[in-house]
Amino acid sequence: MLKTRVIPCLLLKDNRLIKTIQFGEYRNIGSYIAAVKVFNARDVDELVFLDMSASLEGRDPLYHLISDVARECFMPLAVGGGVQTLDHIARLLGVGADKVVLNTSALDHPEFITQGAGRYGAQCIVVSIDVKKTDRGYEVYRDHGKNPTGLDPITWAKEAESRGAGEIFLTSIDQDGMMKGYDIGLTKSVAEAVSIPVIASGGAGDLNHFVEVIRDGRADAVAAASIFQYTQYTPQDIKQHLIKSGIPARL
Amino acid sequence: MVAVIDYHMGNTRSVVKTLKAIGYDAILTNSPDELRSASHLILPGVGAFKDGMDNLHALGLPPLLDELVVKGGRPLLAICIGLQLLADEGMEHGGPHKGLGWIPGRVERFSVDEGKYKIPHVGWNNITVTRDNQLFQWIHSPSTDFYFVHSYHLKAVHSEHVIATCDYGETFTAAVQKDNIMATQFHPEKSQRNGVQVLRNFLEIS
Repeated sequence: MLKTRVIPCLLLKDNRLIKTIQFGEYRNIGSYIAAVKVFNARDVDELVFLDMSASLEGRDPLYHLISDVARECFMPLAVGGGVQTLDHIARLLGVGADKVVLNTSALDHPEFITQGAGRYGAQCIVVSIDVKKTDRGYEVYRDHGKNPTGLDPITWAKEAESRGAGEIFLTSIDQDGMMKGYDIGLTKSVAEAVSIPVIASGGAGDLNHFVEVIRDGRADAVAAASIFQYTQYTPQDIKQHLIKSGIPARL
Repeated sequence: MVAVIDYHMGNTRSVVKTLKAIGYDAILTNSPDELRSASHLILPGVGAFKDGMDNLHALGLPPLLDELVVKGGRPLLAICIGLQLLADEGMEHGGPHKGLGWIPGRVERFSVDEGKYKIPHVGWNNITVTRDNQLFQWIHSPSTDFYFVHSYHLKAVHSEHVIATCDYGETFTAAVQKDNIMATQFHPEKSQRNGVQVLRNFLEIS
């Protein structure tokens, strides 16, 4: 039986591991290599590694840094931040990434999703969608939550899928870092609209939050960050709780 | 020395990296001399079937691999798209496209309700070992999870070539073996402890 993946998400800014609250209030939480080593030793299902300075500063991904991270990973590694060209994808895969996470570049040039999937396969292309609740309903935001796009998340997720994305990494900006639970409604609406896996992100603070977003939000995988910094829960604790709740997970 | 065959298909580097991390001397190469001098060959890769075959042909590798593996008996481990290339043909992207034809069978898309079973099949799934073999030594129930990411799978003509299966809406081939030719649909290099064990088991075969 396919297991629901529990995916620690590491956010990098200026070469330091940080965490955010609603995409702001950056807090430095230490060394990324130490974090990767711990997660590898804990036998996690997958890692997502996002360098938020890359696209904000308009520079290339930090290949040497990803190479260091990949050396510690015997699990799938998805890397995002500043991935704008096929050459970027080639170089990231070359240093040991398995998937790339596209956000700004996919919004700027949706055809880039197709090019990336055509060259490296759909399984390699994860499209990240950041969503905020506004007066008009849910809206996709860009530039790390700074600017609205006018896009509806369901429409954009379906377009990403039809253009060849292999997975959707769906983040609720409102729930990010709040540790009060995922946005179930958002997750459910996107997960039911596409037939590719949706990774829910933003808001996990308690073991039951994972059960809710999988059972009620129909998420195929769950990503989390703050819970691993500010509680004692490990990925293994989460998975044991999932199994107790009747959700298949890998121990 | 282990040679990981470089035919420009996806995550070949991560296979080399994992082999080195567990203490094996591994190189990524498509040089005939280096492939000839390797004790074990690995055909890894992610991507499309036709690209994989086109790339192998462009590098002139099918005749060399036939000489080393099929005639010469050199242990080969093919991974993911590598496994699929061993088949007679693949149906991906307007197939049939011709494969290496070493394991009789055809590579087909999952025929499941895609509303219920999302395609690609991505993530950790448990395998069932259907035939005793060296590759899965020390891999025991209940922890038989491996990392998969694929939309197509091999329908083998001869069930005796299938050494492990997996379930995702339908039962499909998770691993095959025909003498010295072994292959996994999952990614051992991404499957943590279980995957490392499979790689070690393969490299212990002489």
